[in-house]
Amino acid sequence: MLANRKLILAHFWLAFAVFGVALTLGAWQMFIRSPIGTWLSNPELYYRSLTAHGTVMGYVFPTLVAMAFGYAISESALEQRLVGVRWAWTGFWLIVIGSIMAVIPIALGRASVLYTFYPPLIGNVFYYLGVVLVVVGSWIWVALMSINLHVWRKAHPGAAVPLAMYANVAGSYLWAWTALGAALELLLQIIPVAAGLKATIDAGLARVFFSWTLHAIVYFWLMPTYIAYYTIVPRAIGGRVYSDSMARISFILFLVVAMPIGMHHTFGDPQVGAGFKFIHSAFTALVALPTLLTVFTICASVEIAARLRGGRGLFGWMRALPWDNPMMLALAFSFIMLGFGGAGGLINMSYQLDASIHNTQWITGHFHLIFGGAIVIMYFAIAYDLWPHLTGRELIDLRMIRTQLWLWFVGMMVTTFPWHWVGILGMPRRMAYFDFGDPAIAPQALSVTLSAIGGFILLTSGILFLVILARGMRTPQADAGPYRFALAVHQQATVPLALNTHALWVALMIALTLTNYGYPILTLALTEGTSVPAVFVGAQ
Amino acid sequence: MTAEESHHSAEVAARVERRWATIAVIIIVMMALLAAFAGIHRATMPQPRVETTDPSRLHLSGEFVESNLGSVLEANGNVTVRAIGQQYSFTPACIVVPVDTPITLRATSADVVHGILVQGTNINTMLVPGYVSEQLMRFTRTGDYLMPCQEFCSFGHEGMWGKVRVIDKTEFADRAKGGGRLSCVGQ
Repeated sequence: MLANRKLILAHFWLAFAVFGVALTLGAWQMFIRSPIGTWLSNPELYYRSLTAHGTVMGYVFPTLVAMAFGYAISESALEQRLVGVRWAWTGFWLIVIGSIMAVIPIALGRASVLYTFYPPLIGNVFYYLGVVLVVVGSWIWVALMSINLHVWRKAHPGAAVPLAMYANVAGSYLWAWTALGAALELLLQIIPVAAGLKATIDAGLARVFFSWTLHAIVYFWLMPTYIAYYTIVPRAIGGRVYSDSMARISFILFLVVAMPIGMHHTFGDPQVGAGFKFIHSAFTALVALPTLLTVFTICASVEIAARLRGGRGLFGWMRALPWDNPMMLALAFSFIMLGFGGAGGLINMSYQLDASIHNTQWITGHFHLIFGGAIVIMYFAIAYDLWPHLTGRELIDLRMIRTQLWLWFVGMMVTTFPWHWVGILGMPRRMAYFDFGDPAIAPQALSVTLSAIGGFILLTSGILFLVILARGMRTPQADAGPYRFALAVHQQATVPLALNTHALWVALMIALTLTNYGYPILTLALTEGTSVPAVFVGAQ
Repeated sequence: MTAEESHHSAEVAARVERRWATIAVIIIVMMALLAAFAGIHRATMPQPRVETTDPSRLHLSGEFVESNLGSVLEANGNVTVRAIGQQYSFTPACIVVPVDTPITLRATSADVVHGILVQGTNINTMLVPGYVSEQLMRFTRTGDYLMPCQEFCSFGHEGMWGKVRVIDKTEFADRAKGGGRLSCVGQ
């Protein structure tokens, strides 16, 4: 039973509203740097837009979705009213204030440093403070998830924590710890310079700090999607979870090995030695394991649903799946995009292959396919699934929902496949325009045009999504009943202690971070003469 | 379903699951081993060592003073190229090198973070102020290659494009006889 619907709806609406704005900016960027747009007379406008797009899509939007979903899970899976509602609202308002504080300097062109910061480039101090407030707001959510689980445990000693909540709390711990890297970069390095207290900054060290956050943040974005795979999809399509234990092991693996791998973002960097580059590469390979396990378990769970519906044969059961069910459609699209995106990811993380695509458009294509595609399409599905329980009204137009999901899938394919291709041709990232008149660049014009068209398909789908949700606020009232999660085929009353608690795994996560980051950070911090003068943007 | 059947099906499920987990682990171990093998044989390798330099004194003394930038033919027949990136150009803006020759690129940044990417090759490295980037390379085809900056370096980033010109070995040796540092700027 969802008691705090207003709280959850506020988070979702803010998330999807800023998503709509950032999506529009993204589509404009695709257009303006393509051959069908005209060259910008002021390239700086492009970087403003890019900074806003990245900051919203990277920090604000997924964080709010994870928070909204987390509150909903806490109330429905634990069947317990949320403890600390006032704190939850405080967190929400911190994010609102932080976002406004960050977006003003961006809009004024005083913080065009992109969401990845890039010191020694330094923007207006309020931009960074705004980002800090957003993160602090989300940390309140982390604490609340932990407290709510604790309260439940006291009331249910020894009982198995529901899978959805177990995974949700794992995701919140992962976020708390992974955000620390960027927080250290901001508080120790960037903000003192932006506030005028210092004039130099160690750019190499800053990149290592940021890599601490940059990779595991992706797994934080991914958590709601994986929780939906395991605990919503099987229920929505009339099946069961193949294995509850394997699900828990996958979430634990994400918690432990998503962290100590971020330096695969610095393969091309001169401030990190070969040893740690290789170690992080090997650990990144390891993080493929929970995804491989998940793909197996979810496919098996889906097969169970199909066979219960009378499906037969080695592959014939696929025809028996409820393809008109939006959840089924979203899952299929998400898996296809996860497959392509994951294969691309294996190339990025490999110690050697990275050199051929590092910082090219391939990378942008890759994370749009994984995050914007595989992950965000499940955010849509989560919203559709939860909406009737939040509004007390039905989402009637299933055809419109299916159209929206199809458009998002097709749009993402049309956008990201050519994007990967021009990356292989060596097209660099983050450029306001390209000289397509240069014979060496001209062959990339067609691909970039296709990507821009894909961008508009995505924008159409995004608008449709907002329309569906808004219309869902006005349909006749209907009681959706209690919100339920999928059950396992062999539902166990108790689970082993290690699969029911987080302490051991959090300790392991911290220990692995220290072994994989401690030495590089210490040596960089102790190396003399690597602090370089800050370069202020927007000051001229 | 009887309790016995249920027990049996749970066993089957666990067995299938274990088999898949084993396959997944083997795939991952194989990938790591392949990467280690290629790294040990130096088939291809990211930069292994860390070297520092002071960007505010680059122009005054040391390896990256202006007169030392460009390509030089070493006594052993290899070529060393020294370059710097700054907002919003490379120096030299056109790098000239011989074909089929081991080349060492040594580069750094004079201000913010930049990157060097040579299109159509896997030459790709970051330039971080305060640190020296070193990359081994070898071209097998003569011709011109575009060399864009691949990292956002502020508002002029989109205009930061350099060039690599790969020429015949003997032609390069002829030009190197005159001494000094070679480039193809203005040619």
